Amino acid sequence: MRGGLVIGAALTSAVAGAAVLSFIWTPADITQLSIAARLQPPSPEFWLGTDHFGRDILSMIMLGARVSLAVALVAVGIGMGLGVPLGLLAAARQGGWIDDAVMRLNDLIFAFPSLVIAILITAVLGPSAVNAIIAIGIFNIPVFARVTRGAALPVWTLDYIRAARVSGKGAALISMQHILPNIANLLIVQGTIQFSMGILAEAGLSYVGLGAQPPTPSWGRMLAESQTMVAMAPHVAIIPGLCIVLTVLGLNLLGDGLRDRLDPRLRGQP
Amino acid sequence: MIRLQQLSAHIGTEPLLSGLNLSLQAGRITALVGESGSGKSMTALAMLGLLPHGIRATGQVMLDGQDILRLSEARMCEIRGRRIGMIFQEPMTALNPLMTIGDQIAEPLRLHQKLSRAAALRLARDKLDRVGLPAPRFPLSLYPHELSGGQRQRVAIAMAIATRPDLLIADEPTTALDVTTQAQILNLLAGLVRQDGMALLLITHDLAVVSGVADEVAVMKSGRIVEQGPTRDIFQRQDHPYTRQLLDASRHSPPRPVAKTPGTRATLLQLHNVTREYRGRGRQQPLRAVDNVSLKMYRGESLGLVGESGCGKSTLTRAILGLDRLQGGRILLNGNVVNAATTGRNNHRTNMQVVFQDPFGSFDPRWRVERLIAEPFHLTGRPGDWRDRVAMALEQVDLSPSDARKHIHQFSGGQRQRIAIARALVTRPQLIILDEAVSALDVRVRARILDLLARLRTEHGLAYLFISHDLSVVRAITDRILVMRQGKIVEDGPADQVIEAPASAYTRQLVEAVPKLPVACQAG
Repeated sequence: MRGGLVIGAALTSAVAGAAVLSFIWTPADITQLSIAARLQPPSPEFWLGTDHFGRDILSMIMLGARVSLAVALVAVGIGMGLGVPLGLLAAARQGGWIDDAVMRLNDLIFAFPSLVIAILITAVLGPSAVNAIIAIGIFNIPVFARVTRGAALPVWTLDYIRAARVSGKGAALISMQHILPNIANLLIVQGTIQFSMGILAEAGLSYVGLGAQPPTPSWGRMLAESQTMVAMAPHVAIIPGLCIVLTVLGLNLLGDGLRDRLDPRLRGQP
Repeated sequence: MIRLQQLSAHIGTEPLLSGLNLSLQAGRITALVGESGSGKSMTALAMLGLLPHGIRATGQVMLDGQDILRLSEARMCEIRGRRIGMIFQEPMTALNPLMTIGDQIAEPLRLHQKLSRAAALRLARDKLDRVGLPAPRFPLSLYPHELSGGQRQRVAIAMAIATRPDLLIADEPTTALDVTTQAQILNLLAGLVRQDGMALLLITHDLAVVSGVADEVAVMKSGRIVEQGPTRDIFQRQDHPYTRQLLDASRHSPPRPVAKTPGTRATLLQLHNVTREYRGRGRQQPLRAVDNVSLKMYRGESLGLVGESGCGKSTLTRAILGLDRLQGGRILLNGNVVNAATTGRNNHRTNMQVVFQDPFGSFDPRWRVERLIAEPFHLTGRPGDWRDRVAMALEQVDLSPSDARKHIHQFSGGQRQRIAIARALVTRPQLIILDEAVSALDVRVRARILDLLARLRTEHGLAYLFISHDLSVVRAITDRILVMRQGKIVEDGPADQVIEAPASAYTRQLVEAVPKLPVACQAG
């Protein structure tokens, strides 16, 4: 489905664009509280209305996108930065004790329910955006290690790898020069999917108050704070919820679309 | 009887098959011969109504006076499997690994003849007996992984003949099999055709196979049948130049440089009691893939290593290349030990290079040709003039130096194999290991690559270790042949002697199983 890729890319770039734009401009200053203008519905002055402190929701959403994207991006970065080398190492030493050690460690991490442990980590280390990043990042490591190893193993059996070995190249050099470039598209696809899961995890953590702390706006906390007011002003809850849904949906569509485009086995199928 | 009349196929406006006329008689074997891409398999798919989406077939496929090309998909399903059976090349993937062989053979019977499971299984038992997998040893409850490649191909044949089809299409049925197995499968097919009065369409690239079993031959080139007739006539006198080219290429044997007597030459490669074992699972005995092999190879010598799959020749090759650790013995190249630990630069491995079988898997698809060819320089460090060296290597294999900037997907299989040879040549080694290096190539391309190898050997004084399952090719290019079986070398002698007067019973069996082309009757 070609349309999915376009929709996914459009949604993702809209959210990323809003986050970048928030660095230089937001429609209103969110440090200005105005109880008089609280819980207003969308209007020409406040496009998406105001919350219970009278803050502009659109501005909050834009700043919240920044936090969500930053947390998810760094968490995926941690996962890739550690998981991919581990996966490459395991594949290069297939069947050896290093392979076993890496993969059993992965199984161990996989065995824990990730969000619960993330809550535990942030509860122990103290709630903050940085600790949320660490908690989410740790659970990305085994995902990338496993995907990398799985993709690298069949590449290792190809003749061009043997040719490289005959040329005296060691496992590290072969992994960098031959294996990694040939599995990169798979990792990019996995990256977008992990990215969307990171955003969801960040929203979950801030929903229970363990993510970015006030006054930094965050989608999850906006959702949490607005739930008592759903009956009076449903838009206050709907808008951040919709943002989370659309962003995750966009990234998933992007990931699936990229997989269809990049995976030669699927190429050419209707 | 099945008749193709003006069968054509197009993708868009591009013709894939043009005006094929062919009639397949009951009880006779018709061979469809051609190189890859000539449209042989496409013809079979068109007859079965299984062409990929976007390809249109025109013309007629007449079965009992009915044009089956016009039938609906539902009607075609009744014909496929019941009137027309098919056998594929790859016995490893043609069977469902999760079903017993009995259920797989019974499936078409239950589907097409509405038999009960018990009745279908009884018939399946008969069919298995007929294809040479008799009752006590081969129960219906076996799974495909418990069978060898040849046995699986027998099961595939039993499946295809279960419903007593009028036509059996066999697409390269023996290409993935060893020679001795190939001979058995061909005999089996020929016997079934004669007994059951089936028509058999045998699709193959191997003219020697054709000459052994086929009654009629149709030669295909670029989607057309360029010549057809009784097998004997085709092999005696070819009307179309293409047929003659194919035959000449199949018989081709490049001029051999005169081999010097071993005594006058220095030893290049020496193996002392080399043993390579694969660890068994649990308490299983380790599998000894290479068992105490010793051999000696001289500078400038062309040595053949033949054997059937699983005999250990690939494992031995990997050991010589230093890719695997040995469990015993030593490998010396020019007196220096080769082992899996010596990676890195500046070692004697520069003197040894390799060309692999698969021209499509031998290259990193993301690299340019010049970088691919220059990869062996990793051993020595890239010399300053590496681009010139790459250009020279390309010229030596009759490619253009301007090809260096291209990507590998822009080249055909034969050209890729030339690039693989260029990569092997670039460090000016003394020994090139050719691991089934021409097995995946069409006969005409193969003949040219063999000529190239012969020329390079004369010009550069190269030694070849030529590993192959194909005795006729090995004979054409080597001075001496080693025959390997179950990890051991069972015969070692001059090429002609090993083929003409084999000393061991196993070699004799191998040589006899090789399909032979009739000797050329006309000059040229």
